[in-house]
Amino acid sequence: MKRPDCPGRNRTRLLVTPEGVALPVTIASRGARAGALVLDFIFIHGLMVILTLTLLYLAFGVLGLSDKADPSGNTPAVLEFLAILWIILMFLFRNAWFLYFELGPRGATPGKRLAGIRIAARDGGRLNVEAVIARNLLRDIELFMPLVFIASASQGGGDMGAAGLTAAGWFALFMLFPFFNKDALRAGDVIAGTWVIEAPKRKLAELLSLSDGAQGHSVVTGADYRFGEEELSIYGEYELQTLERILREGRKESMVAVAETIRAKIGWTGGEGDEHAFLEAFYAQLRARLEHAMRFGHRKADKHG
Amino acid sequence: MASRVMALFGRREVVQTAEVEAAALRSDRFRQEREGDWRRLDAIVTAMEKGRLRRLSDADVLDLPALYRTAASSLAIARETSLDAATLAYLEALVQRAWFQVYGPRSSLAVWLRQFLGGGWSAAVRAIWVDILIALAVMITGTVAGWLLVAHDPGWYYALVPQDFLDARVPGASREVLQGTLFGQDKQDGMSVFAAYLFSNNAQVAILAFALGFAFGVPSLLLLVQNTATLGAMLWLYHGRGLTLDLVGWLAVHGTTELSAILLAGAAGLHVGRAMAFPGQRSILAAAQENGRRAALVMTGVVLMLIAAAMLEGFARQLIVDTPTRLGIGLFMLLFWISYFVTFGRRGAEMGAEP
Repeated sequence: MKRPDCPGRNRTRLLVTPEGVALPVTIASRGARAGALVLDFIFIHGLMVILTLTLLYLAFGVLGLSDKADPSGNTPAVLEFLAILWIILMFLFRNAWFLYFELGPRGATPGKRLAGIRIAARDGGRLNVEAVIARNLLRDIELFMPLVFIASASQGGGDMGAAGLTAAGWFALFMLFPFFNKDALRAGDVIAGTWVIEAPKRKLAELLSLSDGAQGHSVVTGADYRFGEEELSIYGEYELQTLERILREGRKESMVAVAETIRAKIGWTGGEGDEHAFLEAFYAQLRARLEHAMRFGHRKADKHG
Repeated sequence: MASRVMALFGRREVVQTAEVEAAALRSDRFRQEREGDWRRLDAIVTAMEKGRLRRLSDADVLDLPALYRTAASSLAIARETSLDAATLAYLEALVQRAWFQVYGPRSSLAVWLRQFLGGGWSAAVRAIWVDILIALAVMITGTVAGWLLVAHDPGWYYALVPQDFLDARVPGASREVLQGTLFGQDKQDGMSVFAAYLFSNNAQVAILAFALGFAFGVPSLLLLVQNTATLGAMLWLYHGRGLTLDLVGWLAVHGTTELSAILLAGAAGLHVGRAMAFPGQRSILAAAQENGRRAALVMTGVVLMLIAAAMLEGFARQLIVDTPTRLGIGLFMLLFWISYFVTFGRRGAEMGAEP
């Protein structure tokens, strides 16, 4: 069995809780983060447009105000109020959206949630309010400024000379910052002491040792599968986990193929058409053997171990 | 009620024992014995993640830390005794999710804000005093430089002062015209909108000044120089017509608050930049993180100060048109900010330094 390449391997970090339990966390991929950002911007700007239209409708449709000043030269107080409301809300949408959601129990904006990622403190401690504020204050220079400068530099007109190009390149550095460090930190993460990790969500899978097959008994053929010490000693933990995955996936073809391989390896014949029970029995007995050795401090990583 | 709960419990015990006997592997029996607790923790954490705290019973909330520790120790044991990869992965995810809830942001925003205003902010401001002094020196230098440049060659005025100020305020303008710009009441209409606009605009500039600090602080300082050079150029212009004090009064109403806010924003940016350029004994990341969180506190205050400045600029300056009162308000605000920063939160520990 060939070990599959695992792309997530180099993104795994260990985080030690105050109880001393080491938890593996996976750094969110840059693609997931970019996707989350795009989603958030769609949400923010969508809401901004809806809000603006609603306020306009309120002002000119429902209340029947006109944009012309009344004879005294003053704008109506209601209109003034709506204008203030609009300015404040726009400011909040731009600045408070990320703050509000990242301080919530999920530690993620709606975009991040959909991308399955969240923020966390790098040192394994509490995620505090200061940190979330700090990481979001830098968004301007990481995103808006580079885009403005790069857009105007690419047009090349006006007073954008060498200085403009330099500025554009310099801002591009901020934008590309996550590509220059192993934890994919952006500038805001650096000063806040945070990082973005994958938010785990798993269901508890079924037990594999409950079925008849796991007891060594096949319901289909009525045969009993018992493997000896020699036959079980050829495989290690890695092969056991591969076997577990195949049993949980439950795909017929792969079970046949794996059962074939094992039979060839241990020199068994027969049992065709009864692969599921055969594999369940082999899995349960191999695991019992390996776990037994484990309790005595012997571990066998794979078939070479 | 109690008997019903016991009955429920009793039945589950029975079911579990039956299953325990069925499981062939010792590590699976280990899981069966604890599965109920894991699932309960899972349900509590899921409810918390969805923000449905009210649906949780008191017992659930009280048991959360204990359930979390149980799951964590289950994970530690399972790692040593079980080779069931799916169960291990589930436990790892569960413990991590529970850990986020148990060690998540503790204080609500309201509590945090109270701590912040009650001393956290002023303590952070005091902690960056070196950067404030540097930024102040830079601002003074910028003002003087602006003045000297324009005095040397009035052509500089057009380079230093932004377009929208170039209406009547140009070199060679008469005293009456300049006086009109200081005491005119043309903006009375829609003042509050004007104030809101000023705030939104200034706050975005202040955030920029801070954010630029990430590049070792230099751009923050450049931004300060650029803004204060404008100030110096305008001072020169009005000085030439004998209106220095009136201009100062016009600026002071909101300027003492706004310039202090800009000073703090620049200093906060410098504070971060300095940590990255000269981290000292700490690693760069640790230094940037420590200073960054402190600077974030200062910056939150800067936004509040800019709200105050916009109110003063939008309302007070348009309504009050005599120089002594304007100077009085400006001076009062300055003293208010200084005494607040110097005296508040002397005793408490610095915010953000919580364990």
